[in-house]
Amino acid sequence: MIDRIAALGSKGLETLQALGRSGMFLFHALWALPNVRVNGPLLVRQIFSVGVLSLIIILVSGVFIGMVLALQGYNILTRYGSEQALGQMVALTLLRELGPVVTALLFAGRAGSALTAEIGLMKATEQLASMEMIGVDPLRRIISPRFWAGFYCLPTLAVIFSAVGVLGAYAVGVVWLGVDGGSFWSNMQNSVEWGEDVMNGVIKSLVFGIVVTWIAVFQGYDTVPTSEGISRATTRTVVYASLAVLGLDFILTAVMFGEL
Amino acid sequence: MRTRTVELAVGAFMLIGLVAIIFLALRVSGLSMQSPDETYRVYGKFENIGGLTVRAKVTMAGVTIGRVSDIYLDKEDFVGVVEMDIYDSVSNLSTDTSAAILTAGLLGEKYIGLTQGAELDNLTDGSEIYNTQSAMVLEDLIAKFLVGQVSSDDP
Amino acid sequence: MASQPQSDNPVAGNDYVRITDMTFMRGERPIFKDVTIRIPRGKVTAIMGPSGTGKTTLLRLIGGQLRPDRGEILVDGHNIPRLGRQELFRVRSKMGMLFQSGALFTDLPVYENVAFPLRVHTDLPEDMIRDIVLMKLQAVGLRGASHLMPSELSGGMARRAALARAIALDPDLVMYDEPFAGQDPMSMGVVVQLIRLLNDALGHTSIVVSHDVQETASIADYIYVVSGGEVIGEGSPDEVLNSDLPRVRQFMQGLPDGPVPFHYPAPSVEQDFLGGEQS
Repeated sequence: MIDRIAALGSKGLETLQALGRSGMFLFHALWALPNVRVNGPLLVRQIFSVGVLSLIIILVSGVFIGMVLALQGYNILTRYGSEQALGQMVALTLLRELGPVVTALLFAGRAGSALTAEIGLMKATEQLASMEMIGVDPLRRIISPRFWAGFYCLPTLAVIFSAVGVLGAYAVGVVWLGVDGGSFWSNMQNSVEWGEDVMNGVIKSLVFGIVVTWIAVFQGYDTVPTSEGISRATTRTVVYASLAVLGLDFILTAVMFGEL
Repeated sequence: MRTRTVELAVGAFMLIGLVAIIFLALRVSGLSMQSPDETYRVYGKFENIGGLTVRAKVTMAGVTIGRVSDIYLDKEDFVGVVEMDIYDSVSNLSTDTSAAILTAGLLGEKYIGLTQGAELDNLTDGSEIYNTQSAMVLEDLIAKFLVGQVSSDDP
Repeated sequence: MASQPQSDNPVAGNDYVRITDMTFMRGERPIFKDVTIRIPRGKVTAIMGPSGTGKTTLLRLIGGQLRPDRGEILVDGHNIPRLGRQELFRVRSKMGMLFQSGALFTDLPVYENVAFPLRVHTDLPEDMIRDIVLMKLQAVGLRGASHLMPSELSGGMARRAALARAIALDPDLVMYDEPFAGQDPMSMGVVVQLIRLLNDALGHTSIVVSHDVQETASIADYIYVVSGGEVIGEGSPDEVLNSDLPRVRQFMQGLPDGPVPFHYPAPSVEQDFLGGEQS
């Protein structure tokens, strides 16, 4: 019994220590402000591998989720004779929730795991250590551009996701199911607020971008430098990042749209 | 060479992001870039504005001719004041135009329906629409019905 | 902590690296116990010992990537454990290190790998960087491979490219971590020769960490044998090879049994096989 309590305690301390380590890591990575001449090209390359390479999966899933939302929404709304509210329903769902959340989950799976594996492999092959020996801070050179790239790419991807989602819903709702196009858009425009809905969605995805990238990059940096360690770190990235996104989503929603 | 491809792709990515946010702004949230001088403003006082919201449609004969721009309480008369921006192209509304707060479908969006009157003078910027009809509030109707006054009191 | 007065030529003169009474613990386990090692300037010094005795750790301590629990590590007069981050990075620009796996940056071609330290630490114009990079690659025989990606190189070539990177800034100290491990005899021979040649031609100080006795002994000027966290023997290659000390002898001559037992500590054979009872 005592043993178990002791084990629990040491586990707790370990978790706390990891949290502290990741916090200090974040601080150092951000504090190492990018030098534009050196880090500009690095940042571009990272935006490419983090953002551009995630674009296809975001586009495809955005279109499909928009179409599914339109189908489901249409079935329910026709029962109350208010299928012209379809645009409103789809747009609000996408902008407030699905856009930021699904994008963040996909991002964690696609870009987050890749970041972890890449950095973990760099550590395992002593690239980080050799960079340090050359006299370059890997936090500045490797971590910082990746972090900023994630910070920028996730909101951008979320916005793209919502936009193509709306287009997908338009295709299904208006073109296929025959909802009136004019009322589809005007209903949407009446109910969607730029500040309340679009901007809050962007803020959400900014927060998700920070958290997901932080987790991914830290897991890579903190990995045990063996092949097993890297595979474990990659799994942890996806699991932790997904849980963090869903949990934070609840808190943010409560703050933004709830009575808090 | 490879750097060039990467930079092109990132540029395209940023452009797509920009297009998407502009699409969300203009098309989805209806954020208008029109300058305000294309509309004129009239207002009406309502006993009860129901669930009317800012940016709701103002229609005449089912055609959208403007938007609700502001809603606030008149602190002397205790009535709701609704300001509407009417498109300049519809400049010949008579001064006795009537405004009603209507509902699209049973549970749908609230909007304002205008009906043309008979006067020869037209509404101009800053005019008041005197002839207003409040929103139908379901609870009031039900309450009246329960008290049994629906048929006797209301015309 | 105030940094101590530093001179590039310490009074004792000829040692580039001086490790004095240094203790380093990993958790509760001591990796080094009061170790004292001197690395003379301009020579090839080898640190030898069985696997798992923390030879790589020693290089990391010298490079300042790890901090000792006690003791002093002076590199060219700078007390490494006391240095701040910026100063440490400045001192490191005079060190080159060849990692066991080469540790080339996998996202850059060979040319950029070698150019990397130059771009970081100097403001040289592009054509001068080009000249230096090609010179260094020429020295390791890979000038023709400058456009290849690290993934396209064989293990031996990768190590040579990494060596070119390590000497790109003409460092005063080059550290080699297991340069012979996992190489075929031919590329091993190339690396052995290169270490000696570069040391003599460029006049830097070399530290070679290895457990390959013959290769190391053939190029080293001085050898330290490390085992169990202590220096168990030192001297010129001949002295160490012909040492009477049993532990040194066992390691240098590759004897299977000796002071370091062949058998992992276990109960006696009789007890295990005949006693029957599993506890």
